[in-house]
Amino acid sequence: MEHGSFTDNSAATFSLTDEDHTIANAVRFTLNQDPRVTFCGYSIPHPSEARVNIRVQTTGDLAREVLKDACQNLMLMCRHVRCTFDKAVEDFKASNAVKAMKIDSQDSSGDDSEESE
Amino acid sequence: MGQLPPHLELQRSRVSCNKDAPIHTESIQYSGAYASMGIDNSSRLDRFSNNFRVEVVRLNEDDMEFDMIGIDAAIANSFRRILIAELPTMAIEKVLIANNTSIIQDEVLAHRLGLVPIQNDQPNEKNTIVFKLHVQCKRGSPRITVKSDALKWLPNGSELVKETRNATSDSSSKPETYTYFCCSQETIPEFVKNPIIPKYPDIIIAKLGPGQEIELEAYAVKGIRKTHAKWSPVATAWYRMLPEVVLLEDIEDDLAEELKSKCPVNLFDIEDLGKGRRATVARPRACTLCRECIRGDDWEKRVALHRVKDHFIFTIESTGALPPEVLFI
Repeated sequence: MEHGSFTDNSAATFSLTDEDHTIANAVRFTLNQDPRVTFCGYSIPHPSEARVNIRVQTTGDLAREVLKDACQNLMLMCRHVRCTFDKAVEDFKASNAVKAMKIDSQDSSGDDSEESE
Repeated sequence: MGQLPPHLELQRSRVSCNKDAPIHTESIQYSGAYASMGIDNSSRLDRFSNNFRVEVVRLNEDDMEFDMIGIDAAIANSFRRILIAELPTMAIEKVLIANNTSIIQDEVLAHRLGLVPIQNDQPNEKNTIVFKLHVQCKRGSPRITVKSDALKWLPNGSELVKETRNATSDSSSKPETYTYFCCSQETIPEFVKNPIIPKYPDIIIAKLGPGQEIELEAYAVKGIRKTHAKWSPVATAWYRMLPEVVLLEDIEDDLAEELKSKCPVNLFDIEDLGKGRRATVARPRACTLCRECIRGDDWEKRVALHRVKDHFIFTIESTGALPPEVLFI
């Protein structure tokens, strides 16, 4: 839902139902990073009602487009976070496995040297 | 693109924790913030991708700790909120009680059963998991405690028979039960590998005296924590910013000893130089920001406490249904 003037498309308030701070703060952050945006913010009209109002004012571009771009950026960021996280967990598990193997091999080589003496 | 002068860079990337309160806590996101100095603050996706790093510090079966470097507080908080509230898990929702002669009331028993965590790898909307609990304490035998390992999984569905209104129904047809599974759940491959059990077998559900009996069937469904806390996948998840302790001047000898003894988590170490001892910061990560080291006269000039704004240390403790690294994905 969008409230704004029909003549001026560069400023609009978007009202999202069934949402809360989780997504609103993240979208506000990505909107702020966009150089086309002069003002952006979000508010929750009443805490008992799950509704969020996001206000966007831009330097002339369509507010809808800017919001869509911000959401896309957010999705890409999250995807990147996910990939990096996966890789980091794999690396950690691999390095732990290597450490465990090294300890085992050191123990066994210690035993061998004792037996040979 | 130039660099900001050092004091502004400090303001932008660190939270200064002073004696009374932290300052500069907000993150300067606005893309035009430093326009007058000719610096471009808008962060494009490629800069983010280059700078972002994740390092895993600890990974056990039940909990994990990892660092996220280069991300902002808004996104980190969204991750935390989603981890706590919006990941679906399975928990017992409906309980059909056939017989309950114990002193625990029906609704209290049902509530307790709902809070038991169930080990299940893939919560699926189409799958309802049915458990059965049938415990009896015979007269003359001592009291028994009903633990959660008495909950048996029924892969074939419910065993309680529905009353049919039609008295003339064909007696050779299968008796109707409360759930109808077209094939036994045992044959589904993922269930063959890990049978579904409550995660911890020693959770006390009820206590029975002699002559008391509990017989019930429980149905577990998928849900999220927003509806009710029993569907929470994590015991808790939190993050903190990396603390940074900077010594503004060289601290030597007696002052160094004093500084070392002040800190309750032993952050500082004494280094022996040729001509005297000097304090160094050995373990900044352990700092709990208790501000002991800047209490007292004059210490604020010598020690500065900061938090790095884009380095977050996440800790996730899982209730056991799913291992923590899977939860994050």
